[in-house]
Amino acid sequence: MSRRLLTGNAAAAWGARLAEVDYVPAFPITPQTEIIETLERWIEGGEMPGRLVMLESEHSMITAAGAAAATGVRVFSATSSQGLLYAMEMLYTVAGWRAPFVLVNVSRGLSAPITLESDHNDVLAARDSGFLQIHCATCQEVLDGVLLAYRLAEHPRVRLPVLVNLDGFHLSFTREPVEIPELESVRRFLPAFDPGGIRFRASKPISQAVAVLGGGPYSYFRYEMHRAAEEAVCAWDEVASDFERELGRSAPLLDTHRMEDAEIAFFMIGSYATKAMDAIDRLRDSGMRVGLVRPRLVRPWPTEALRAALSGVRGVAVIDQNLSMGVGGILHSELAASLYGEPQAPVLSAFVGGLGGRDISADEFFEIAAVAKHAAETGHRPPPRLLYTEEELREVRKLQTIALAERHEISLGDAQPEEA
Amino acid sequence: MSEKSTAFLRMADLPSTHLMGGGTAMCAGCGGLQALQQIYDVLGEKTVFVNAAGCMTLLSVYPFTPFRGSWLYTSMASASAGAQGVRDALDVLAGKGRLPPEEDLEVVVLAGDGSTYGMGLSATSGAIDRGLDFLYLCYDNEGYGNTGQQASAATPMGARTATDPGREGHVGFKKDIFGLWVANHPSYAATVIGAEPLDLARKIEKASRLSGPRLILALAPCPTGWRFPAEDAVEIARLAVRTGIFPLKEYVDGEVVHTKKKRPRLPVEEYLKRQGRFAHLFEPERNEPVIRGIQARVDAYWAELE
Repeated sequence: MSRRLLTGNAAAAWGARLAEVDYVPAFPITPQTEIIETLERWIEGGEMPGRLVMLESEHSMITAAGAAAATGVRVFSATSSQGLLYAMEMLYTVAGWRAPFVLVNVSRGLSAPITLESDHNDVLAARDSGFLQIHCATCQEVLDGVLLAYRLAEHPRVRLPVLVNLDGFHLSFTREPVEIPELESVRRFLPAFDPGGIRFRASKPISQAVAVLGGGPYSYFRYEMHRAAEEAVCAWDEVASDFERELGRSAPLLDTHRMEDAEIAFFMIGSYATKAMDAIDRLRDSGMRVGLVRPRLVRPWPTEALRAALSGVRGVAVIDQNLSMGVGGILHSELAASLYGEPQAPVLSAFVGGLGGRDISADEFFEIAAVAKHAAETGHRPPPRLLYTEEELREVRKLQTIALAERHEISLGDAQPEEA
Repeated sequence: MSEKSTAFLRMADLPSTHLMGGGTAMCAGCGGLQALQQIYDVLGEKTVFVNAAGCMTLLSVYPFTPFRGSWLYTSMASASAGAQGVRDALDVLAGKGRLPPEEDLEVVVLAGDGSTYGMGLSATSGAIDRGLDFLYLCYDNEGYGNTGQQASAATPMGARTATDPGREGHVGFKKDIFGLWVANHPSYAATVIGAEPLDLARKIEKASRLSGPRLILALAPCPTGWRFPAEDAVEIARLAVRTGIFPLKEYVDGEVVHTKKKRPRLPVEEYLKRQGRFAHLFEPERNEPVIRGIQARVDAYWAELE
């Protein structure tokens, strides 16, 4: 075991390397590109076996990934944002093939307007695809998440592809100390991929991904996928206990922080949860009983574990780094569905923030806690809040003023007669 | 590959029974299925067909398949990328000693013209420049046949389609997909038609002995889309060749060779007037400019060769 400073992208590449992946179909996109460049450098330098092939689009990349997994090799790939959406047809398709492989998504806000920094609308757009989703808050979790993802994907009761999400910039380009396990321990945790009979061989012809006619067989296969995804909750416990035994780190389904006597809980996913933890520690110093619940597994949705973790809590502040236009935060809807009808269910308050890499400051966490506490005490759910500061609004007003001035200048230029 | 090394010297050398099972969902008189059956006889069952969305997606409907070998349906846009994944995986396995040579498979893309000339072109383009070892089989019925024959990039000028109902029929030209491939120097490219089985068998035989990107473009006379009686399918296919509308040719060792030069060529209207999709060019009155335009393009094609 060695401990190094790694970016989230390097940690993802280490996960793939330690999983001894056979095949990496690739396509570049910011902020993911460092992952495939790192893997190619290792493969080229002989430090890692396997083959990396550049495809001409993410749609093709996911097709090749699924096809290779269906042929019986261990596959890894990575993308981000627009790339994930460009591949969307094939995400649903290869999940339906029950092709087990791991896809890292380095989350980034979606166009339009086109931008580079992180939020979760990209990865959550894939939430109904049949891919399982693991969300990471630290670079260590990225490496661990890739290894856990292979065990889940290849689990005989699951056999579905898995998305491992890390936040662009905040994790992808941030160096943190990461423990890199020994290959031997990883091999004990994650043996070579056994595709069973589902692979292409001349002596054992097989038709995969064939059409069905009618809703009966279609529903059957879709229900099977759903149940396989549900199985991943139980499989997680089994896999996490093997992980802890072989690799010495725990990997809970839900990560919690100071929830022991919490009245108020922050509920969120991804790396911004570490900011929340810092704010929680300061709120605790001031006597407020606040904690954090952060699911690592978002698909399948760990309903029972969430109910248990939030039982006894009076108010929950759901902080969504995504925005479903006309609804609000996606996690808020999902958590509300899990808690509705539960006895003494906590009062939920909804917040949307951190879009396109926008920070959520400590002061905002303090305000969120205060709003959630007030809601819990009065029993009235406050209207959903879109986090934004007066300072940010002033900055945007400045940009708008410049844009208008520029437009005015251009139109003046057009109107002026040519000089003699 | 010299003529002498072919197993197919005369018609009697062709297989008398087909390897593919019958009773598929293809239409009666389907020229694509006719070509595919003959192609499959030569390629054999050590194949995996990677399919793009189209009529032939309905060949394998759970739990049936007419293939003795393997099959993977992908999408309309990415069959060539599916072929890339399967081929790479087989190569990786072979490289690690996890796939004995006798377990290896020929990877065959099976796509219609809608995918081949349009949506799937990006994935195929990538597979060509990567030098992927695969056989690309396009059954070309010159329109989105499975959805009722809307115009595709393979629809010829003048043809009436579900989206070209007017007097002039289709106004675009059929894209030269063979030329697109050949411009990028594939290992092999050929046009075939089910009504010329000996020519077809020799080309598939040649293609199967090569590796790298290989195109087989099969014109697929389509009774439902082109609107002619199913029993005319073979005759219409022959007319496509004899009028020079569909040149039978192959690209090998850097050269395009025409494998059937019918002379004299029949006038194109012999081919056109047999099909309902061109009937508006003759009734109620002849549309001379369009008919002449089609003839002129065919003549210009052959004049360039002479």
